Amino acid sequence: MKTKSRRNIGFSGWLKTYEGQKLYVSILFLVIPLALLLLFTFVPAFNMVVYSFQKRDQFGVDPEFIGLDNYKTIFTNPDYFITFKNSLYYLFGSFIQQALALLLASILCSKIYAKGLFKGVLFFPYLMNGVAVSIIFLRFFTKGNPPLTGEGTLNSVLMSFGAEPVRWMDPAKPFLVNCCLVFVSVWRYIGFDIIMYIGAIQSISPDLYEASDLDGANPWQRFRYIVFPSIKPIISLQLILAVKGAISVFEIPYIITGGNYGSSTFVIKTIETAFKKKQVGLASAMAVVLLIIIIIVTLIQQFVFKDEKDDSDAKRLRRAKKRLEKRGKA
Amino acid sequence: MNSKGHTRKKVIYPGVVIISLLKYLVLIAGCVMVLLPLLVIILGAFKDSKEFANTGVFELPASFRFDNFKTAFFEGKVLLGLRNTALIIVISCFGTILTGTMTAFVIQRFDGYFTRAIKGAFLLATLLPNISMQVTVFQIVSKLGLYNTMAAPIILYVGTDIISIYIFMQFLSQIPVSLDESGIMDGASYPRIYFSIILPNLKPAIATVLIIKFVSIYNDFYTPQLYMQDEDLLVVSTVLYKYISSTSIKWEVVFAGIIICILPTLTIFLFLQKYIYSGLVSGAVKE
Repeated sequence: MKTKSRRNIGFSGWLKTYEGQKLYVSILFLVIPLALLLLFTFVPAFNMVVYSFQKRDQFGVDPEFIGLDNYKTIFTNPDYFITFKNSLYYLFGSFIQQALALLLASILCSKIYAKGLFKGVLFFPYLMNGVAVSIIFLRFFTKGNPPLTGEGTLNSVLMSFGAEPVRWMDPAKPFLVNCCLVFVSVWRYIGFDIIMYIGAIQSISPDLYEASDLDGANPWQRFRYIVFPSIKPIISLQLILAVKGAISVFEIPYIITGGNYGSSTFVIKTIETAFKKKQVGLASAMAVVLLIIIIIVTLIQQFVFKDEKDDSDAKRLRRAKKRLEKRGKA
Repeated sequence: MNSKGHTRKKVIYPGVVIISLLKYLVLIAGCVMVLLPLLVIILGAFKDSKEFANTGVFELPASFRFDNFKTAFFEGKVLLGLRNTALIIVISCFGTILTGTMTAFVIQRFDGYFTRAIKGAFLLATLLPNISMQVTVFQIVSKLGLYNTMAAPIILYVGTDIISIYIFMQFLSQIPVSLDESGIMDGASYPRIYFSIILPNLKPAIATVLIIKFVSIYNDFYTPQLYMQDEDLLVVSTVLYKYISSTSIKWEVVFAGIIICILPTLTIFLFLQKYIYSGLVSGAVKE
């Protein structure tokens, strides 16, 4: 039928049919987004891989093929390799962050006065400008430049309790510096996790709570056997995001320490290599490494999520009941 | 709390009061942790430079003067930053909504090998880490002659925003196809269906995307820092960064600048709290 009508009405007529419209609407609507996608995502990604095997400057004059040398540099030069170690600080920090967020979220889901206010205050740092946050914490940790002769916020608090002021951003103590930076990161991002967990906890069906009440579960058991299994998918999503986040930390250390004092991160190093040292080839290799890490993590995420998709409420209810029964008998 | 023996009978906990006290204690400690660093900034912003140098961080300013705010706003170029940021946000949001809804419409409604392949391409693109991609994106942007123009961040915000497309697609899948079909019955063309049926029905999704876009562009530091070095093209983030990367820092003015820059976010947050929570969560789950 399609071909028949096409023959009768000609091409311009065909364009007016819904088949024809589909074609020109598809082209018309997709041409700009696809062009942008190609130009700013796929072409650069392709270039990145090609450049990563080259010794190449900013303008790409006489690029020289050097095989895997750039990759070797990343994994053998301690100057570059240390950034992997630094992302472990952030990874560890985000585990603490998740635990804290879960605690705060479950408190915020119980009967509490001024719930909205607490939630709002705890969440707001997430919305704040990253540069503003970083400057706020420059003041928090350090004396800063000459006009800032007084002690910073944290030391003032410590001193009011009679403790000695600490030099937090001590170039000789990269461990301390990194911990401070991780603290800022937790401060900034925890609100988001709290909101995610609150959403997950609130989506648990009230029937489950009722059932657990009937079975006489205490708050801990309720958390362990009802809340925790229900929000497990969100927790695993959060942990995956934490890994991605830890490897792509950039803004806070870049602004607070400029990546000095042994606090450089993988992305800071990549950016420095590309735009300060103008070694585009090496920087591309670093970007490729980051890409590969993220792809691996994402694949793990897909795998984990497939496992838990069929975990329906009813099933969980049954399982929770069973466990409680077992415990009751024991 | 894990008392194994107490599971069978309903127990009245003598510690209920203590637990609820502990709850408030934890919450208040958390809020103090959030507010303390901010309080210092607010106090500092009202002090003059001598006072700032000679008083402790928790000491109240002698009087609440707004001189620092004025300095930051006009001489400190915060006004310029806010204006440029607003311009970039408005244009980028408009572009994102237009291209995002169009792409989502075609991919979601015209199911076929072609559209599925395109969907796959967009999905693949979400994997690429945005920041480190700039190593090579930069070359393309400068080849196109967009370096040091406002077009660079705008085109990147519009062209590399795939999360929005996913949010639109998610929403579209909940708008019944029968609605389109009723349009077809009435003889509406596809563009007509898009403009008079799909777009109006996507309003909640558009609101979500607007919120996510506002937050991410307003707070983005890296893109403007990389692509707009020109003094006239400073945005909120780069204005603040310029303060602390200069040699003589007037902290009290910087603090005033910070407060001015946070105020728009705070205002929007206070008015749109509910939408911000749900909007950001739906954005993340799609990631």
